[in-house]
Amino acid sequence: MSQSLLTVAPSPHIHTELTIPQVMRGVIIAMVPALLVSVYNFGLGAVYVTGLSILFCAGAEWIICKYLLKREPSIADGSAVITGMLLAFNVPSNLPWHIILIGSLVSVGIGKMSFGGLGNNPFNPALVGRVFLLLSFPVEMTSWPQAVATWSLDGTTGATPLGILKDGLRAGETVPALMPQMPSYTDFFFGFQGGSLGEMSAFALLIGLGYMLYRKIITWHIPVTMIATVFVMTGIFWFIDPTRFASPLFHVLTGGVMLGAIFMATDYVTSPVSHKGMIVFAIGCGVLTVLIRLFGAYPEGVSFAILIMNAFVPLINTYLKPVRYGRKK
Amino acid sequence: MKNRAFHKELKTFRLGGVHPQDNKLSASAPLAQLPLPKQVTIPIIQHIGAPAKVVVQRGDTVRVGQVIAQHEGFISSNIHASCSGRIGIIEEVMDSSGFKHLAVNIRVKGDDWLETIDRTDTLVEGISLSRDEIVARVMEAGVVGMGGAGFPSHAKIKVPEGKTIDTLIINGVECEPYLTADHRLMLEKPREIIVGVRILMRALGVSRAIIGIEDNKHDAIELFDEWLREDKQIEVQPLEVQYPQGGEKQLIQAVLDREVPSGGLPADVGVIVHNVGTTFAIYEAVQKNKPLVERVVTVTGKDVKQPSNFWVRIGTPVIELITAAGGLPESTGKVVSGGPMMGKAIADLEVPVAKGTSGILMIAQAETKRAEEYNCVHCGKCIEACPMGLEPYRLLLLSKAGQSEKSKRENVLDCIECGSCSFVCPSNRPILDYIRLSKTKVKKLK
Amino acid sequence: MNDVVIYTVLSLTGIGLLAAVVLYYVSKKFHVTEDERIARVEAVLPNTNCGGCGQPGCHAFAEAVVKSGDLSVLHCPVGGNPVMKQVAEVLGVKAVEKDPYIAVVRCSGSFEYRKKTNVYDGAPSCAIAAQLYSGDTGCAYGCLGMGDCVVACDFEAMYMDEKTGLPVIIEDKCTACNACVKSCPKDILELWPKGKKNQRIYVACLNEEKGSTARKECAVACSGCAKCAEACRYEAITIDHNLATIDPDKCKLCAECIDTCDVRNIVATNFSPEKLQQASEHRQKREERERKKREEEKAQATANNNPEPTV
Repeated sequence: MSQSLLTVAPSPHIHTELTIPQVMRGVIIAMVPALLVSVYNFGLGAVYVTGLSILFCAGAEWIICKYLLKREPSIADGSAVITGMLLAFNVPSNLPWHIILIGSLVSVGIGKMSFGGLGNNPFNPALVGRVFLLLSFPVEMTSWPQAVATWSLDGTTGATPLGILKDGLRAGETVPALMPQMPSYTDFFFGFQGGSLGEMSAFALLIGLGYMLYRKIITWHIPVTMIATVFVMTGIFWFIDPTRFASPLFHVLTGGVMLGAIFMATDYVTSPVSHKGMIVFAIGCGVLTVLIRLFGAYPEGVSFAILIMNAFVPLINTYLKPVRYGRKK
Repeated sequence: MKNRAFHKELKTFRLGGVHPQDNKLSASAPLAQLPLPKQVTIPIIQHIGAPAKVVVQRGDTVRVGQVIAQHEGFISSNIHASCSGRIGIIEEVMDSSGFKHLAVNIRVKGDDWLETIDRTDTLVEGISLSRDEIVARVMEAGVVGMGGAGFPSHAKIKVPEGKTIDTLIINGVECEPYLTADHRLMLEKPREIIVGVRILMRALGVSRAIIGIEDNKHDAIELFDEWLREDKQIEVQPLEVQYPQGGEKQLIQAVLDREVPSGGLPADVGVIVHNVGTTFAIYEAVQKNKPLVERVVTVTGKDVKQPSNFWVRIGTPVIELITAAGGLPESTGKVVSGGPMMGKAIADLEVPVAKGTSGILMIAQAETKRAEEYNCVHCGKCIEACPMGLEPYRLLLLSKAGQSEKSKRENVLDCIECGSCSFVCPSNRPILDYIRLSKTKVKKLK
Repeated sequence: MNDVVIYTVLSLTGIGLLAAVVLYYVSKKFHVTEDERIARVEAVLPNTNCGGCGQPGCHAFAEAVVKSGDLSVLHCPVGGNPVMKQVAEVLGVKAVEKDPYIAVVRCSGSFEYRKKTNVYDGAPSCAIAAQLYSGDTGCAYGCLGMGDCVVACDFEAMYMDEKTGLPVIIEDKCTACNACVKSCPKDILELWPKGKKNQRIYVACLNEEKGSTARKECAVACSGCAKCAEACRYEAITIDHNLATIDPDKCKLCAECIDTCDVRNIVATNFSPEKLQQASEHRQKREERERKKREEEKAQATANNNPEPTV
């Protein structure tokens, strides 16, 4: 030792184990339960869509880094894999490969790399891709395969619970009359419903949330606040008129609320930095989701709600400062 | 019957905080006397304030405890010969601050103490001195804050004009990982420390003192509780383990739930905080007439053969301590003077132990080498960790952009440099490095 | 249907007219009369907004120069004399010629000469390292080599030489804007008169340690031996704190000091080897002459002091 030189650096001299690759790995692990439910429900389709999406996203990032930005490819940090998984979680499990490719290119290329890569994107990349696909390929993006474990790539398609609700209400039916057409709440909870790949099972997603909280990857502020906001707000409407509005439990368990609140609104880059800010952001996401679901043209509004709130993040960060020590007036 | 400390609810500070592994490897190593070195190099600035003025010359013979540098003004401190022998060269040498400062070298010969110093271990309990005499005695003995900052202690015992102090807090937190110097001192010299607390209470004119100890030092909490069973004025407050609880502002918030106003002093909220090491040094200065010539230093590290706690004479070269603890491990990347969170990495093992050196820590290169830096992902973990409620990620960006005015508005000067932000940053960003730079620039703005 | 079109056209035209009136009124009401010379001065300035003149930018410089009308203090280092001449024309005053300056690097402690004593692992910024400690080599005065100056340079006139670890200034690009000088925590960089024929001479060292210590820290450190100062005919070299410094105002660029330095650390830029050789010979001859002269004087003095011995 006496031959080699000592290292000198400013303090602190130790560092936590939880670095970006570890965080990303943690998030990927947290998504696995939801993926397993999907595979159980949709069989090979889920594997196919998720695999392709990850491959395309990581590939797009690698190519953009290597040939456009001419810098060391950054896929080792794992964020492209997460974008790929999240994009897959947000699309039906029977999506053709070319649409997945377009979605991946938009997600990574426009949503992330055009702003300078990890950390600089104002909008959640996976959601940018998802919304782009939803607007460009409305038919393919809303042909949900039914939740039956079919180990082939073809299956019957149908609407999501939220879609049934929206269409039914438009046709002049009442909520109690529509309810029998849908799976039970237990089915919602454990994932036997139609919908996007990752939003099947609230239960699986909650396991993921538990894991991320345990690893201290995220705090409770965004997911809990967002789900609570949706619950309370739909609860108020339901209380006012249960024939026109579905129950709060229905709203929380169906569609993308859980997925959005747990995995997409909590994205480090596109959510506020302070706890106060996180709560305001999550309330905004919740309120917008409910407004779009109940009064908007689309049956589901989580993606739009989160993207809209993403745009407010810089503003929230500027005005909602943490409590400073020793500066109470 | 007084409420026993270990039944009390654990307290802690409210904002931020992190939980590094505490790694108190040397907690069970009793205090041992380090053999006298061949020579000591005593820097004449080991405190905040004016440097002391050298009053000896090359070739002079000095005895242990003799003043070799006299304080200049009130915010300054005496420096004493920590070993007897002949004064060697007086020149600028590298010290643990990383810069060269004037220092006095003593070629050690024998161990000849001034006879006015009481070197016995007998406990002297009766306090006969008045407030001013205590301040004078502490000033004479060159006691400075031994937690690291090195503020002259006599200046802290003198109650500022127009301020009333109601509580004395004794800092036995030792929240830095690895360090056990204060812990061992509390276990081995509890009664002396308690007398020291009474001296401080008399000097400050307060009737309430609280000793804050973190819960990972349960034995010390129980010991003090036992000795203070009959005492109505001094109590022990167990604290949750959380870094940086030993920061003055955090400790005051934890114990009393008071907040020191920004830019203010603890005295502004009626509190004075002293470290246990300092309290012991004050006991020795007042009761034993012994100046600050030695201190407890923890020598530790995961690969160190015998993690130890030594009584070390001020000015002893660090290499002597390392040798006594079994030598420098092969894996060592950094040698840190102090703890891993706030200590200073030293480049040269010949640097002397100073009054504020609480530990010598050898960290393996694999553990301490900075990892690859990523972009800021705005995860907000630094904000969560900051005990001062600042936004470190923003301060880093402002510092890089050279925006000193804006940094000032973002309260960069409130930063206590605890390092929690850099510690938690998942992107390995050198947040505190840049915040420190920014602080220097902002201070120049005025 | 037609009605809609007509209404739309009419209402939009109305709004447009109203806005035009408001804009016209506002621009009249709040018109700021600015000296038109400011704009003309600004037009001839380089408009790099580098701040080298001491003003926050070119517009501020133009304002200041128009206001004071005095060109002896305010000077644009980037544009130099040609630009200042144009400025003088605009203002109708006499131009003040100033010698052009250039930044020089006052450290020669390359990797080869200055051994590392530790490894720096903090944020890659000289300012941060300088605040932490005296540096990763023994020399506390030398270049830290992380290139804060290169970052500060707006004109791409600097780069870090990977072989030496020292910054290099590209002569044609340096505008003497002072940005690098301000950015260097060790004050290695200094503005120096560019010199006649771009020739300049300076000591590339700032080490103030005693000679022996300095040489231990860096093989080419100035030890303050004063040989160069003795050789200088114009008293341009002073030794202060064991360090030789050349006063550029006194230096006549004779280059006779260059080879007196035993570590060859007096830098002479743009001198041909022949010229240096000449200067060296010139100095040696002069010293030879002076030595002879001294000897003669000494002999004379001895002769004078010792009158013929009495018998």
